[in-house]
Amino acid sequence: MEIAERYSAGKRVLVEHPAVALLGAVLLYLLSDLILKTANVSIAPWGVHLIGGQLPVSNLGRFVLDGLIVGLVVGLAGVGLSMTYGILNFANFAHGDYITTGAFAGWLTAYIIGFLTLPVDPPFGDIFLFAESSLVSVVNAPVAIVLGLVASGLGTVGVVLLLDRWVYRPMRDKGGIPLLIASIGVALALRYAIVFVFGTSASGVTSTSDIPQFEIPLGDGRIPLDLHEITLIVAAIALMFGVHFLLQRTKLGKAMRAMADNKDLAQVTGIPTERIIRATWIIGGGLAGVAGFLIVLERGVISFNMGWRLLLLIFAGVILGGIGSVYGAMAGGIIIGIASRVSLVWIPSDFARVAAFTVMILVLLYRPEGLFGGVKTA
Amino acid sequence: MSVGQRLWRAVPSSIKEDDKRLIIALLAGTYLLYAVSQVYLALMNNADVFPAVANSLQNLTFLIAVYAIMALALNLHWGYTGLFNIGIAGFMAVGVYSMSILAAPPGGSPPGFGLPVPIALIGALVITAIVGGIAALPALQLEADYLAIVTVGLSEIIRLVLNADYFSGTVTDPQSNSYNVVNLFGFKFGTGGGQGINTPTSSPASYLYGPSGDPNAIGELAYGIGVSLGVNNSVVNGFTYGMFLLLFVVTAYYVLLVRIGNSPFGRVLKAIREDELVAQSLGKDTRWVKIKVFMVGCALMGLGGILWQGSFGFVNPNTFRPIVTFYIFTALIVGGSGSNTGSVVGGAVFAAFLFEGPRQLARVVEAAMGGLLITVSGPGASLPSPNNFYVAFSTLDPLGWLGYTIGNISSLRFILLGVVLVYMMQNRSEGLLGHRKEIAASVDLSERKGNVAPTDGGETNE
Amino acid sequence: MNTDTAGSPEAKGPDELPDIEDSDVEKAAQETPRGLPLRVLNLEKRFGGITAVDGVSFEVEEGSLTGLIGPNGAGKSTTFNCITGVHEADGGRVLFKGDDITGRKPYEIADRGLVRTFQIARELEEMTVLENLMLAPRGQIGEKLYRSVTPGLRGEVIEQETEIREEVWETLEFFEIDHLAEEYAGNLSGGQRKLLELARALMVDPDVLLLDEPFAGVNPSLEAKLLEQIHTLREEGYTFLLVEHDIDLIMENCEHIIVMHQGKLLAEGPPEEIRNNDRVIDAYLGEDI
Ligand SMILES: Nc1ncnc2c1ncn2[C@@H]1O[C@H](COP(=O)(O)OP(=O)(O)OP(=O)(O)O)[C@@H](O)[C@H]1O
Ligand SMILES: [Mg+2]
Repeated sequence: MEIAERYSAGKRVLVEHPAVALLGAVLLYLLSDLILKTANVSIAPWGVHLIGGQLPVSNLGRFVLDGLIVGLVVGLAGVGLSMTYGILNFANFAHGDYITTGAFAGWLTAYIIGFLTLPVDPPFGDIFLFAESSLVSVVNAPVAIVLGLVASGLGTVGVVLLLDRWVYRPMRDKGGIPLLIASIGVALALRYAIVFVFGTSASGVTSTSDIPQFEIPLGDGRIPLDLHEITLIVAAIALMFGVHFLLQRTKLGKAMRAMADNKDLAQVTGIPTERIIRATWIIGGGLAGVAGFLIVLERGVISFNMGWRLLLLIFAGVILGGIGSVYGAMAGGIIIGIASRVSLVWIPSDFARVAAFTVMILVLLYRPEGLFGGVKTA
Repeated sequence: MSVGQRLWRAVPSSIKEDDKRLIIALLAGTYLLYAVSQVYLALMNNADVFPAVANSLQNLTFLIAVYAIMALALNLHWGYTGLFNIGIAGFMAVGVYSMSILAAPPGGSPPGFGLPVPIALIGALVITAIVGGIAALPALQLEADYLAIVTVGLSEIIRLVLNADYFSGTVTDPQSNSYNVVNLFGFKFGTGGGQGINTPTSSPASYLYGPSGDPNAIGELAYGIGVSLGVNNSVVNGFTYGMFLLLFVVTAYYVLLVRIGNSPFGRVLKAIREDELVAQSLGKDTRWVKIKVFMVGCALMGLGGILWQGSFGFVNPNTFRPIVTFYIFTALIVGGSGSNTGSVVGGAVFAAFLFEGPRQLARVVEAAMGGLLITVSGPGASLPSPNNFYVAFSTLDPLGWLGYTIGNISSLRFILLGVVLVYMMQNRSEGLLGHRKEIAASVDLSERKGNVAPTDGGETNE
Repeated sequence: MNTDTAGSPEAKGPDELPDIEDSDVEKAAQETPRGLPLRVLNLEKRFGGITAVDGVSFEVEEGSLTGLIGPNGAGKSTTFNCITGVHEADGGRVLFKGDDITGRKPYEIADRGLVRTFQIARELEEMTVLENLMLAPRGQIGEKLYRSVTPGLRGEVIEQETEIREEVWETLEFFEIDHLAEEYAGNLSGGQRKLLELARALMVDPDVLLLDEPFAGVNPSLEAKLLEQIHTLREEGYTFLLVEHDIDLIMENCEHIIVMHQGKLLAEGPPEEIRNNDRVIDAYLGEDI
C-alpha cells in the first residue's frame, strides 16, 4: 500500500518534473558509483565501463574533510547572507567583501600582536602590509590568533553597521533590485578601499613550519589534518552552536528567526524594526568576518578578492538551504563545500565550481524554496 | 548635485529636446575637455601636441563607442523588459569565443573550424542567440533578483569552462596523456584554456586600409595624412576603427533598438517590465516574448563583445569577469535605463568620466603639481611616489599622500564607481535621461488623423 | 511579477489536483453548448487552510449583464482569478464558449476573448495612458519582432497603429480621460486608474468581460455613463460579469445575479428573487437589500 503510494508519487515526479527526476537519477548513480568505487568494485560488462572503479577510502576521506572545511566557512558566512536576504529582502552582493574585510581586520590585529609579542623585528610597515610573510600561527602566537578572530568579527560588524547607516538604511523602502545594485556598489568600494591600502598581491600570513600535523587512519590510508584546520573546524562549529543558542533562547533571536523564515509574516508585521535589522547585520556581518579570518588561517594566504570569489559559492549554499533559513544556510554551505570537493572524484578540478554553480541554478529553477523547504526549522 | 542640475539647466533646450543634438553636444564637450587637457599634458611633458591629442581621442572614441554599444544592448533587457541580466560578460565571451573558434585554422593550436571571418561572425551571433535563448528559460519563472544570481552564475560558468584546461585544445597530439582537443562529431576544436585564444582580427582597420605592411590606396592616403600630422599608423587605425564603431555601429544599434522599442513589440516589453500579469491578462504571450528578447539582446551583447574584446587579436577568459558586466550596468544606470538616448549618453559619460576620467585627471594633477613644485623648489623637484600605503601615510607629508593617491588612481576609480552606483540608487535611479518619455509606439500617439476637432487638446501639452 | 497573485506555485497535495474523475462535472462539461459564453463547474480554490472558493458552479448567458455579489472575502475575486488563469484552480472546470479553459495560461484565455479587470487597478505605471491603451488590442501585427524592425514590413504596422490610435483617442474621450493621455499611469488618481483599467479591457475588444468592482472611486455621473456604455455594448452582443458592492446598482442593472458567501454559491436568479431570498438576507445581515 505504502509502496504503491510512493511508487505513484515517484511516477508523478517523473511526469511533471522530468528534470527533477533526471537529477535524482544522476545523484543516485553518483552515490552508487562512489560506494562501489570505495569498495573497489568495477562493473564493466562487455568491456563497457558502467559504474564503479577504485578510490581509496582515505582519498575520499580527504575530499570530504577538505569539503567540510570549505563548507563550514561557506556556511558560516552564508548565515548573514541568508538572514539579510530574508529580512531585508535583497541579495547582498557585498557580503563576500564583508568576508574580506573581516580577514584583513583580523589578520592586521593578529600581525600587530605578533609583532609585539614575537621575537621578530621587521619594520612596522612590513607588518602593516603583511610584507613580512608567515608570521603567526596557532602555536607561536595563540593570543594573536584569538584576538585576531575577535577583531575580525568586531571590525566587520563596525564596517557593516556603518554601511547600513550610509547605504542601506536610506533605501529601506526601495525594492530588492535597487538595493542589489547598491550592494554591488558597496562591494566595489569596499574591495578597492582594501586594495588602496593593502595592494592587490596576495600575502602568505600563517606560519606552518611548527604546527602539529595529525593523521587520521582511515581504510587503507591516512588523512592528514593540521592544527589550523582543526582550529577552523572547532571555531566554526562552536560559532554555529552559538548562533543556534542565540536564535533559540533569546527573544531577539526568535523574532529574527520568525522574520527571516517567514516572508509572509514579515510582510504582515510590516517593515522589520530597526532593532532587528541591526541585530541581523551584527550577527551576519560578524560571522562573515570571522569566516574570512578562519579561511585565511587554513589557507595561509590573504588577498583582496578572496571574499568576492567565495560569494557565488555562498549564494549557492544559501539557495540550497532555502533563502532566509539560518540552519539551511549552514547546512547548504556544508553540502556545497563537500559536494564541490567530492565532485573531484568524477570531474577535473577546473569544473568543481562549475558544478556548484550549476547545482545552484538547478535548485533555483526546480526547488526555489531550497532542499529543506517546507520542513520548518522549529 | 545642484551643480549638475545647474549645468543641465544651462544647456539650451534646443539641445536637450533633440536626441541627436544632445548626443553630439555631449560628445563635442567631452572631446574638447580631453583635447584641452591633453594639450596641457603634452606641453608640460614636452611632447608633440597633435599626436598626443590624437592618441588620447582615439582611445576615448573606442571606449565611448563600446560602452554605448553594450549599454544599448543591455537596455533592451533591463531598461525595456526589466530582465535583470547580470551575465553580460558571459554572453560577450560566448560571442568572442564562438567567432574565434569558428575562424581558427583547423591545424592550429587550439584547432578550429577554419571558416571565413564573416561566416564565423554570423555563426557566433547565432550561437550567442541560442545560448541567450537557453538562459531565458530561468527568466520565465524567476523573480528579478533570482534571475540576477542565475545569470551571474551562468556567466561565471561560461568563464570557468573557457578557462578550463580540459577543453583548451592546446595539446594536439592525440597520443599525449594531456590531449585536450574537443571532438564534436569529428570537428576538432579547443578554447585555448587559461592561455587565451587568438581572435581572427587583430587590426580591424585593415579591412579598409589593407594589410599593415602593404596598405591599399585608401590606406596609403590615410597613413599619409597621419604621417604629415606626426601620427603613427596604429593611431590612424585606432581612430578609424573607433569612428567606425561610433558612427556606424552605435547608430545601427540605436536605430534598431529604437525601432524595437517604439513598436507594438516594444510596448509588450515595457508591459512585462511594469507588470507581467497585466500583459498576460491582455492576451500577450509574455513567455515567448521574453525568450525572443533574450535571444536578440544576447546576440547584440555577443556582437558587442566581438567588436570590443575581439578586436585586439587575442583574448583570455579573465577578460570576461563579472566586473565588465558591472561597468556596463553602471553606464546604463548613469545614462538612464529605459532610454536608448540615455544608454548612449551613459556609455559616453561612463567611458569619459568614470572609466577614463579619473586617470586623465590624475595625469593632469600630476603634471600640474610637477610644474608647481619646479617653480617653487627649483628644477628636478617632482611629486613623491611612495610605493605603498604605509610609507605614504606614515610620512605625514601631504605631497606623499597625493603622490600615492595619484599612483593608485585605478583602485580609487573602483571606489568612485561604487559610490556612484550607491548615489544613483539612492537619489537618482532614473539616471541622467531615464525620465524621458520614449513612447513605445511606431506612430506619434499625441497626433491624430484629426476628424475630431482638437477641442480638448490631445495636442502635446508639455 | 507580483508573486502573491501571479501563478505562484502553491503547495499541492496528491489528491488536490483537478479532479477529472468527477463524472458529473465531466458530463456537464461535455453537454455545455458552444454558444454559452462562460460556464463554471464545481470550482474550488484553497489557500493553505482557507477554502476561498468551495465548489461554485454558475453560467453566464450570452449578451447578459450578470452580477456577482457577496460580502467581503466571499471569494468573488478568487473566482475571477481562477477563471482567468491567474490562479490554478484546485478543482472544477471553466468552460468558455464550450471549450475547456481550465488551467490555461492567462494570455491564452485573454486571447480567446475573455478579459478581466483587477479589483485593485494594476496600472503599467511607467507607461503613459496612451501606451496603456495602445497595448491592449488583440491581433497587433507589430507584436511580431521581425515586423517591427524589417523596413519593408513596417508600413503595415504603422497603418495598424494609426487605426488603433484613433480608437484609443475615442476611448479616452469617452472615458473623459483624454486630458491625461500623456500622463504616466502611475500619476493617476485611484478613480482615474479604475477608468483606465476598464478602458484598457474594452480596448481588447473581448466577447466576455469580467469586471471586478470597476466603479470603486469613480464619480457618480461617470458611473452612470459607464453603465450606459455597458448596456450599449451588451446590446451589441458583449457579455458582462460584474462584481460590485453597490447592491442597488446590481439590482437595477443586472438581469441575473449570483450570490457568493464564504466561498459557496448562496443563491442565483433574477433581482426580485435575490432580493427576497432569506439566505441572502441572512448573509447580508443588517444591510438593506
Ligand atoms: N493570494 C491569496 N493568498 C491567500 N489567501 C487569499 C489570497 N487571495 C484571496 N485569499 C483569501 O481568500 C478569501 C476570498 O478572497 P477574495 O479576495 O476572493 O474575496 P472577495 O469576495 O473578492 O472579497 P472583497 O469583496 O473584499 O473583494 C479571503 O479569505 C482571502 O483572504
Ligand atoms: Mg474582491
